[in-house]
Amino acid sequence: MRIRKPYLLAAAGALVLAASACGGDNSSKGGGSTGAAEQTITYWASNQGTSLENDKEVLKPELDRFTKETGIKVNLEVVPWSDLLNRILAATTSGKGPDVVNIGNTWSASLQATGAFVPFDDNQLAALGGKDRFLGPSLAATGAPGQPPTAVPIYGMTYGLFYNKKMFKEAGIDKPPATWDELIADGKKLTKDGKWGLAVEGASVSENSHHAFIFGQQHGADLFDSAGKAHFDSPQEVAAIKQYLDLMADAKIVNPSNAEYANGTEAVQDFVSGKAGMLMWQSIATQLKQAGWTEDDYGLAPIPLPDASSGGKQVNAMVAGINLAVFKSAKNQDGALKFVKFMTSKETEQNLNKAYGSLPTVKDAYDDPAFSSETIKTFQQILGTTAAPLPQVAQESQFETLVGNAMNQMFADAASGKPITEDYVKGKLTEANQQMGG
Amino acid sequence: MVVSTTSRPGGGREQGARGGAPPSAGGRRRNGLLPVRLRRLGLPYLLILPALLLELLVHLVPMVIGIGMSFLQLTQFFLRNWSAAPFAGLSNYRVAVDVNSAVGRSLFHSFLVTIAFTLITVALAWLLGIAGAVLMQGSFRGRGVLRALFLVPYALPVYAGVITWSFLLQRDSGLVNHVLVDQLHLFGERPFWLIGENSFISVVVVSVWRWWPFAFLVLMAGLQNIPSDLYEASAIDGAGWGRQLRSVTLPLLRPVNQVLVLVLFLWTFNDFNTPYVLFGKTAPRDADLISVHIYQSSFVTWNFGSGSAMSVLLLLFLLLVTAVYLVITSRRRSDA
Repeated sequence: MRIRKPYLLAAAGALVLAASACGGDNSSKGGGSTGAAEQTITYWASNQGTSLENDKEVLKPELDRFTKETGIKVNLEVVPWSDLLNRILAATTSGKGPDVVNIGNTWSASLQATGAFVPFDDNQLAALGGKDRFLGPSLAATGAPGQPPTAVPIYGMTYGLFYNKKMFKEAGIDKPPATWDELIADGKKLTKDGKWGLAVEGASVSENSHHAFIFGQQHGADLFDSAGKAHFDSPQEVAAIKQYLDLMADAKIVNPSNAEYANGTEAVQDFVSGKAGMLMWQSIATQLKQAGWTEDDYGLAPIPLPDASSGGKQVNAMVAGINLAVFKSAKNQDGALKFVKFMTSKETEQNLNKAYGSLPTVKDAYDDPAFSSETIKTFQQILGTTAAPLPQVAQESQFETLVGNAMNQMFADAASGKPITEDYVKGKLTEANQQMGG
Repeated sequence: MVVSTTSRPGGGREQGARGGAPPSAGGRRRNGLLPVRLRRLGLPYLLILPALLLELLVHLVPMVIGIGMSFLQLTQFFLRNWSAAPFAGLSNYRVAVDVNSAVGRSLFHSFLVTIAFTLITVALAWLLGIAGAVLMQGSFRGRGVLRALFLVPYALPVYAGVITWSFLLQRDSGLVNHVLVDQLHLFGERPFWLIGENSFISVVVVSVWRWWPFAFLVLMAGLQNIPSDLYEASAIDGAGWGRQLRSVTLPLLRPVNQVLVLVLFLWTFNDFNTPYVLFGKTAPRDADLISVHIYQSSFVTWNFGSGSAMSVLLLLFLLLVTAVYLVITSRRRSDA
C-alpha cells in the first residue's frame, strides 16, 4: 500500500488543530469566572413567563438592581422546564454548575437527598428575616420534614379553576361550579360546536402527576406510607385517577386531542383562545395578559372539593411554587446567599410575583395593592386553606415520572375510545409501582 | 475517523497516470536519527496517534466509565460522590433481564419494538435508496436538481426536520390529518399519530424519511463504480433492464450493500434523536424505542447504574449482531 503523505499530514494536522480547539473551548467555559470570581454569580432561572426571552426581560431590572446594591454581577441563564432537572443532576454529578438555581418545589426532598444544596439552617433563615416571615404552606414544600430547608420559596403558586365568563354566560351558567357534578354538567353545556368544557394537558408528565396527587387526596389516598414505601395502586388512588380520566372518557367534556398535549402550554392556549371553557391550572397571568384578557373575561374559582362525607381530604390543590437553592459547589457562596436575601426581599418579591402573577412567599409583601385582585385573593385563599404539599420524600420525582407517564398512556387509550375500567387503571398503576424497585 | 489513503478504490490505473510528478524520494534525505526502516514503519502510527488519542478520549473512556457504572448502585444519594456508591455486582443486570419484573418486562417489550422498527426502517430505506439510485443513473434533464432534492432530509438538522413532522402529525391542526380526513375522507374520525398504536407507523415513516437519502447517496456512489462496458456487454447478450439489475447491478453492489445495511442497522437501532424529538421524553408504548427507553429508565428511578447496565446489554447485543453479520456476509463473498 502506498501512503500519500500530504493527505495524511493534512488530516493529522487538522485533527491536532481540532483537538486543541476543543481543549481551548472547554477550559474557557469551565473556568469562566476565575478573574472576577468575587464579583460574579451564575443564576439558573426557571421559565416562568411566556418564553425564555420574556423571563430575561422580567428579571433584568431586578438583577441590575442587585448589581447596583452589592456590586455582584449576575450571569443569568433561563433554563426550560424540560431541561432543568437534568441540568441540575448533571451539575450535581460534576460539581460544576451555577451558584444559585430555581427548582420546582416538588423536587425539594428528592434533590435534598443528593446533598447538592446548602441547607438553610436557622441562622441562615434569620438572615433572611426569620422563618415566620415566610408563608407556612410554601415553607413546608422545601424538603423533608424535620430537616433544614434545602431551598427557600420565592414564588408561591397553587391550582385553581379558571373559567371563561363569556362562554359561561352564553351557555346560561351564572356561577362557577362548586361540586364535581356541577362541573361535569357545566362542561357538557359548554361542549358544542367544536368547543369543549375543560382543557387538560394529557401528555404532560408533571401536570398529570399533580392531578394524580390532588384527586388522590380527595379520595383519601396516600402515595407513600410512613416508611417511605410507594403505594401508587391503592383502591383510592385508582378511583382518583379514573375520576380524572373520566372527564374525557366518560363525561366527554375534554377534547380527546388533549391526550397529545405535552409541552405544558397547549391546554392554556386552548383556554385563552376560547376553545375550552375551563382549565385547572396554576397562574397563567402572563398568557392572559398577552391575550388581552382582564378579570371581566375570566374568573378563578377553587377546584371543587369532594363531598365531606366521602372520607377524602378537603384538598383541592397542591402547594406549587418555585424555590431558590444554593449549590454547595458554588464558587461564590457568599454572593449566592446575598442573592437569596435579595430575591426574598420585600421589593423583589413584589416586583417579580406581580410580573408572573404568582403569590409572594413572604408575608410583608402583601401590602401592595396589586395582590388584592380577585385572582390573587382566590389563589391566596386556596394556598392558605385547601392546598397540600406533595409528599416530601426522596422518591417524589420518581412518583411524578412513573405515575405521570402511566397517565399519558391512559389518556392515549381514553382518547382512542378504549374503555377506562378500574381494573385497567389498577393494572397501569401497579406496573408503575413495581418500577419503584426496592 | 477514516483517513482515506487512495481516493478511489478500483481506480488504480488512472491514479498512477495522474501522479505524473511523484513526490517519492524527495523528503527522505533529511534527519538521520532513526533508521529509515523504523521511520517508515512508525510514521503511519505516529500520524494516526492524534486520532487514536481523541478516539480514546471521546469514545472509549466514557464507554469504560459507563461499564463501571453498571456495577454500581448509583442513585441520587451518591451522585455527588460516585466512589461512595455501593458495589451492586450483577444485580443491575439481573433486574434488566428478568422479564418477570416490571422493569425487565418493559425493557424486553421496548427491545422487540426496536427490532421491528429497525428491520422495517432499514428495509424501506434501502428499497427507496436503490430505487432512487437506479432511476437516477441514466442522465436526463433535471437530474442534478432531483438528486439534491432527495438529499435534503439527510442534510437538514435532525431537530428541524423531525419537529416539523411532529407538527404535521398533530391530530387537530396537523397537515397529515387535514389531507387524509378533510381532503381525501379516508377516515371517519381523525386518527392520532403521535400517541397510541399509530405512533409506531409515524416513527417508522419519519425514520425512513431521514435515513433513505443516506442509502441513496451510498448506492449512487456504488453505481458509479460499475463499468459501463458490463451493461453494454449484457445488452448485447440480450439482457433487459430487470435482468441487468439482477445480474449486473446488484452483484456488483454487494460490497457496498454489506457496509450500508450494517451501518443503517446500527444507526437506526441506536437512534435517539428521532423518537425523542418526535414524542418528547415519554414515548408512547407502541413506539417505545430502546434508546429513549433506557434514557427514561435512568431518569425515572434516578438509578444510573441500572441505566448503564441496560446500555451495556444493548452494546453487547449490537456487537453480537455485527459479528454474526460480518461473518456470514464475508463468508458468502469468499464463496462467490
